[in-house]
Amino acid sequence: MHGPLIETLARQGVTRRTFMKYCATLASMMALPPAAGRAMAEAMAAAPSASKRPSVIWLPFQECTGCTESITRSHSPTLEGLIFDVISLDYQETLMAAAGHQAEEALHAAMKANEGKYLLIVDGSIPLGLDGAYSCIGGKSNLETLKEVAKGAAAIVAMGSCAAYGGLPRANPNPTGAVSVADIIKDKPIINIPGCPPIPVVMTGVLAHFLTFGSLPELDKLGRPKAFYGETIHDRCYRRPFYDQGKFAKTFDDEGARNGWCLFELGCKGPITHNACATVKWNGGTSWPVESGHGCLGCSEPDFWDGGGFYKALSMPANPLKMVAGAAAVGVAVGVATSVLNRGKKGAARAAHEKTTLADLEK
Amino acid sequence: MNEMQFLTWVRGQGLDLAVSLFLLGVLWRLLEIYGLGRKKDLTAPRHASGASGWHTVFRRSLPAESMLKKSPVTYIAGYTFHLGLGLVVFLFAPHIKLIQSLTGLHWPGLPSQFIDLIAIVTIAAMVVVLADRISKPVKRFISTFEDWFTWLVTFLPLLTGWLAVRHLLLPYTSMLAVHILCVEILLIVLPFTKLFHAFTVFGSRWYNGTVNGHKGVVV
Repeated sequence: MHGPLIETLARQGVTRRTFMKYCATLASMMALPPAAGRAMAEAMAAAPSASKRPSVIWLPFQECTGCTESITRSHSPTLEGLIFDVISLDYQETLMAAAGHQAEEALHAAMKANEGKYLLIVDGSIPLGLDGAYSCIGGKSNLETLKEVAKGAAAIVAMGSCAAYGGLPRANPNPTGAVSVADIIKDKPIINIPGCPPIPVVMTGVLAHFLTFGSLPELDKLGRPKAFYGETIHDRCYRRPFYDQGKFAKTFDDEGARNGWCLFELGCKGPITHNACATVKWNGGTSWPVESGHGCLGCSEPDFWDGGGFYKALSMPANPLKMVAGAAAVGVAVGVATSVLNRGKKGAARAAHEKTTLADLEK
Repeated sequence: MNEMQFLTWVRGQGLDLAVSLFLLGVLWRLLEIYGLGRKKDLTAPRHASGASGWHTVFRRSLPAESMLKKSPVTYIAGYTFHLGLGLVVFLFAPHIKLIQSLTGLHWPGLPSQFIDLIAIVTIAAMVVVLADRISKPVKRFISTFEDWFTWLVTFLPLLTGWLAVRHLLLPYTSMLAVHILCVEILLIVLPFTKLFHAFTVFGSRWYNGTVNGHKGVVV
């Protein structure tokens, strides 16, 4: 196997064998057959010289750059980072050297040169309030930019919960009128990679899939790749046996917490969260939230921010019960009123009761 | 409304509404029933009435002589599903957590595998009870809409809860929301149907026993 990528990797001290192992791991993570790993490796290794690499345009909208941080930093300088050697990242405000008009030119040049073929990555939500004035780049609202750039894209990747569902900006009361990419673009294949931020390997896995097979991986009904979002955190959690045994940490500092018991009662949203944290982990497989002692927030699910509180168990009320006291008072009032009414009826019946005498019977 | 919003609604406003209507109904009906009062029996009691009442509360939990043989399905399946329902509702850890958050009371739960087993047995017993009601002409004849309806609203929370835990039919989030919604329907329906026996059963037994004792029927 030869190609520009293999040579680049060799220069960086990464052997062909390591690269093959990486592709095989990626393929198995995505539940693809073993042969897919080799296909991926060949497709990526055969990627042509820099000028012909698949173009990727990355648009940042209402976001915190956490998604970019996640992708670029957490796995750098492992092989995860090197996968960028097979694509041509033509526009990424945070990473690119160009700024201002030069950046805009780069964007338009990439769009023109790769019309209909480039992959568009979006992170951040799109504000619709005040005609989109809440977030503008180069004098254009995010809505305008998205529509313009999406037109020529082969596919769109909505990176992070903001792009996938509206995310934090959309949290109640959604002051900017934030929406997701899929709320606006209806005529392009869209893949959602939610998470706040998403796991880096999910991103690279999807990219590798796209490069190898020219298509997006199998998606669930929320547009997420099933390979990574097919199972819940709870079902893959190493603390699951404690849940089944009924052993729960009650506070973050009790014996249960120290023994690593289940965090359900401390508000863990693992049971309703589909993501790969429990298996892939974070920071190069170092750890993940539950392993570090904190419940899952459910960041890869829609509206996770408005789910009733991070520290409330799923079976607890999402909000305080406000009507209960009033309802109880009404219940008592109605009960007492009915009783009084019934007593009145009985009294009236007693009063109206006429005694029957012998004379009456003889009539 | 997506799955998460649905779940948050049933955990939030939906729960508020259901618990409120439940409390309203329970307080209303308890006050109404016990507020009715009874005419004082002026006859001299033939038997000390108090113990009779308490005795009846206990005794009527057991099948009457020869009845167990005559209609075993009613008794065995009936006991099984009542007991099972009680265990599943009050000894499943997430349920205890809910009760704790509403009332502050809590107690240890059972491991979820036990709950799972009890749930299956309870579901089976409820299906048997329904089949019995359908297949026995007399039972079918005396059954009204309320009987079928209350069976359904009792059965659905149990079934959806079990499906949710087992991840069957619908994704867990949706099934959990459907389960909570079913429980809320049950809560709203309970005070206004025959399901109110959950609150009145022992009171009415005590009353019957006391009246019978007063009349000389020693039980």
